[in-house]
Amino acid sequence: MIKHEHIETNAGLLIILTLVVISIGGLVEIVPLFYINDTVEKVTGVRPYTPLELRGRDIYQREGCYLCHSQMVRPFRDEWLRYGHYSLAAESQYDHPFQWGSKRTGPDLARVGGKYSNAWHVAHLINPRDVVPQSIMPNYPWLQSTDLDYSDVQERMRALQKTGVPYSQTQAEYDRNVATFGPDTADKLDILHAEENLMQQALTNDYDGQRERVTEMDALVAYLQVLGTMVDFSRYDEGYFAEFR
Amino acid sequence: MAQTGIATTQQYNYDIIRKFAVMALVWGLLGMAAGIYIASELAWPFLNFDIPEITFGRLRPVHTTLVIFGFGGSALFATSYYIVQRTCQTRLYSDWMATFTFWGWQLAVGLGALSYMFGYTQSREYAEFEWPIDLLIAVTWVVYFLLYALTLKRRSQPHIYVANWFYMAFILATAILHIFNNLAVPVGLFSLKSYSLFSGVQDAMTQWWYGHNAVGFFLTAAFLGMMYYFVPKQAGRPVYSYRLSIIHFWALSFLYMWVGAHHLHWTALPDWTSTLAATFSIMLLLPSWGGMINGIMTLSGAWEKLRTDPIMLFLITALSFYGMATFEGPLMSLKSVNALSHYTDWTIGHVHSGALGWVAMITFGSFYHMVPRLYDTRLYSTRLVYAHFWLATIGILLYITAMWVAGIFQGLMLRSFDDYGNLAYTFVETVSFLHEPYVVRALGGVFFISGVLIMAWNMYMTVRQSRIESAEIEARIAAKMANA
Repeated sequence: MIKHEHIETNAGLLIILTLVVISIGGLVEIVPLFYINDTVEKVTGVRPYTPLELRGRDIYQREGCYLCHSQMVRPFRDEWLRYGHYSLAAESQYDHPFQWGSKRTGPDLARVGGKYSNAWHVAHLINPRDVVPQSIMPNYPWLQSTDLDYSDVQERMRALQKTGVPYSQTQAEYDRNVATFGPDTADKLDILHAEENLMQQALTNDYDGQRERVTEMDALVAYLQVLGTMVDFSRYDEGYFAEFR
Repeated sequence: MAQTGIATTQQYNYDIIRKFAVMALVWGLLGMAAGIYIASELAWPFLNFDIPEITFGRLRPVHTTLVIFGFGGSALFATSYYIVQRTCQTRLYSDWMATFTFWGWQLAVGLGALSYMFGYTQSREYAEFEWPIDLLIAVTWVVYFLLYALTLKRRSQPHIYVANWFYMAFILATAILHIFNNLAVPVGLFSLKSYSLFSGVQDAMTQWWYGHNAVGFFLTAAFLGMMYYFVPKQAGRPVYSYRLSIIHFWALSFLYMWVGAHHLHWTALPDWTSTLAATFSIMLLLPSWGGMINGIMTLSGAWEKLRTDPIMLFLITALSFYGMATFEGPLMSLKSVNALSHYTDWTIGHVHSGALGWVAMITFGSFYHMVPRLYDTRLYSTRLVYAHFWLATIGILLYITAMWVAGIFQGLMLRSFDDYGNLAYTFVETVSFLHEPYVVRALGGVFFISGVLIMAWNMYMTVRQSRIESAEIEARIAAKMANA
């Protein structure tokens, strides 16, 4: 029978036993999530972000939006009425890092895409109280006046590719993306044409209403407008998602 | 008395403890000021002033980093170096290693806070440091671990005192959490930006495994180490139960690591994980309260000290808040309660009853005990300690009651329906409701920081008094020498 005194008089033993005891919980709860197939639902439509959306997402992180806005709709009636279908794990499978958030000082944004016009978002980000008088959100006027820096967008996509996001550099990777996402999306995930794609998306959609330039506002609004729009829920039977919970 | 004092100041490395103690107060004041400012921004949004660096989203990590890692971290370095030397009756293994941990840590905290203001963040709560700072922290932490372990190794006491177990568990757990939660791919060698290695559900689980254990080991286990030394010392009695401290230690270390997923109830995380986390959260109540009882009962038979000794008042009040927060925590980890409380200010209130009530109060009590001993003198003013105590207590009560009102009512409003089954309130209507609680919360913060300012003054005067005393002694010795 080991007495506790042995541990108290032996620093090495104390360290090893403590390490063992604190490792178990994390191992049991985290490791299986990488291997159990039902962790992430099988749905079509979810794709990595385009270069412009990706830069918008970087700005979302930079400004700390996640501290007041969640991106995780829970399966409750009020949230369904307010935000829409509850969030699927599949919908954030390319989110490095996740942006689920922990606090709703403002509303959830998981399905904000398509809910408001680009012009509304621009007005709201410049001064939220112009469109929502009771809002307590800060103004973000600099987004509209700062040109988007996309000089390192290829490096950013390469870093994400290393983490497992299916952007493409080689022909084989491109072909794989065509097979998975279709040719239109595969083109947008091509790292070598990232700048052209970014410019094209910004100029075609003109999110910020300033046709002659690509601003941080363009990128952020492009990101907000895609949130929660990738999965077509009318294609799935409700019982299907329950299998993964 | 003076002679043993001089002997201990030479025998032990007190210099490093003084440095960390001073920085704990400096970061504490800055971090709390940032907290009051962002609290005010929520009440009066014009305070964002359209200046990117001071908007809520960028300043909030500055607040959390400065109070958790700046104030809490420096206080833990200070007290752990004090306790490990006193209980092992040996000097720190290496002075340069101790100095290295000081500069490594201060640099990480300072650079971290600045980097968030300029928009560099991993956007992982309480792990916002970008990758170069993460590396600096990792190196500092390895040196801290080695220094602590080697100091334990050369102790002149056969037993390792219980406080050291808790500090050691804190050092080990923080190392594991820090490394695994910050695995990321940098955009480039000269870019501060990185993307986390994991995504979505696995990333969320890793982050909240980290996030809750930052609370469990950084803000709880280590401060329990503080408690296990300073409560018995200040009370002048041994710990209530030695057996209970053994159970407390192993149960707490084992159970805490399971509970992080209760931050992810009702999300896309598989149900089995969050159910498991809720189960362990409830079990965690037992060691938490066991520890609280062990601390409070140490005063058994000497309860009158609560009337006469304001330092004891700090320590025991801290334990009471610890008991309250560790009851509220399991309650909020129940899925049905969490459905209402999550995403609301109730969580913010809960964190602060732990952070202000437990972490800060136990630190204040410990510092009032430790700092005069570091400088071989008495505390400048006991009345100022009382003033600090009441300001802090009133501040905390204002804070947490405001957040209970804010969180519970917002939760109820968001889920209420009218007679036709439509939502009764829009989201922004609940935001308008929050204005008054937000004002009261900011006021609570002002009370709390006023107490800390008084403490800083009291500490400054204590150190000054020690300088005057030693100057007098030197003058007397010099006079004697001259006469001889």
